[in-house]
Amino acid sequence: MANNKVWSSFSEAVEDIGDGSTLIVGGFGLCGIPEKLIEALKNKGTKNLTVVSNNCGVDDWGLGLLLANKQIKKMVASYVGENKIFEQQFLSGELEVELTPQGTLAERIRAGGAGIPGFYTATGVGTPIAEGKEVKVFDGKEYLLEEGIVGDFALVKAWKADTMGNLVFRKTSRNFNPIAATAGKITIAEVEEIVEVGELDPDEIHTPGIYVQRVLLGENYEKRIERRVVKGDI
Amino acid sequence: MRDSRQLIVARAVQEVKDGMYVNLGIGIPTLVADALPADVNVLLQSENGLLGIGPYPTEAEVDADLINAGKETVTAARGAAFFDSAASFAMIRGGHIDLAILGGMEVSQEGDLANWMIPGKMVKGMGGAMDLVVGAKRVVVIMEHVNKHGESKIKKECTLPLTGKAVVHRLITDLAVFDFTEEGMVLIEVMEGSSVQEIQEKTEASFIVAAHLL
Repeated sequence: MANNKVWSSFSEAVEDIGDGSTLIVGGFGLCGIPEKLIEALKNKGTKNLTVVSNNCGVDDWGLGLLLANKQIKKMVASYVGENKIFEQQFLSGELEVELTPQGTLAERIRAGGAGIPGFYTATGVGTPIAEGKEVKVFDGKEYLLEEGIVGDFALVKAWKADTMGNLVFRKTSRNFNPIAATAGKITIAEVEEIVEVGELDPDEIHTPGIYVQRVLLGENYEKRIERRVVKGDI
Repeated sequence: MRDSRQLIVARAVQEVKDGMYVNLGIGIPTLVADALPADVNVLLQSENGLLGIGPYPTEAEVDADLINAGKETVTAARGAAFFDSAASFAMIRGGHIDLAILGGMEVSQEGDLANWMIPGKMVKGMGGAMDLVVGAKRVVVIMEHVNKHGESKIKKECTLPLTGKAVVHRLITDLAVFDFTEEGMVLIEVMEGSSVQEIQEKTEASFIVAAHLL
């Protein structure tokens, strides 16, 4: 039994992510992003990626690094307003974008990981995102059919892992990470601390190791803050 | 000259009742949190996975792993909980949030809301707004009554792409408060310094004036 899922090299851990892969990437803004895996992917130079993630980083950090390096062909996201390179590539037609409401995006990923190919939601009825989607009426109210998403790979960032891939997240850096972990055919998790099996209380595990194939220990996390606001600023 | 933003925020605060679970949109709605009276205890939801937003942190408390939906550093209130994004939107879509207060670009007389996209400008995305407007038990929109060219932002029909159709329960502007009812859009309050006549002149949408204002 593959009880030890710990890899030591980030470059080896992303080696089989080929051109044209679909990636589901955890994080909200720059909070809880798998920064070391993104850097490894940038160094590897994989092209034509479809990336499913709530946001696309900023110009010089997070997924913005892959954009600047022209590695992303298509982005599925709910909000991309923090990135000038994104705007340039979108307007020039280099980058394809599928805007998805945040809750629908989260549920599409959750559904993908849970083996559910589609679901109905009231979100977006009567708006531009309803175009081309099946509408079904339940109890007199309209709902849109939305499809689950499965990725060739999921890249996630957790706080702690054990060597079997059980994951624990910290505060709001949890965000999309646990659902992303369920929706990757291969899920790669980078963490700040790896402990021995048995050291995590089963009650505290957010993501059971069954969803995680590779675990890596990251060092010197930058954890860049997008909007540092302290008491008295506003 | 009246400060329209302060007027709007002060009126919006009255929508928040003790014990509610509330989601405040990014921008002006966020200011409602700071204006809440001390005896109104609510849990503020942040759609990135926090129920119970606390005050902004001190320098020593700043934590990159703890932000709100506007990506600002925050703290967690007493009794707060963290959860993943699917759980967060189950909370929203499932009708568990008592009140959402959101900003608007246009509102129609049918209660349609447009607040995410201006054609011809770079599309930034809708974030969680489309989920919030269909999911929250009550949706209150706060915005200025007219745009910078003096044109009514309250339309017969929205000209901008919609965030949601017939989703607004109440609209608060610097001039007026409207409710959206079976009978149509109803003017229920005239803000300080305004008048029914001024509101009629500055509103493109058709509305009913509540009996107590006649």
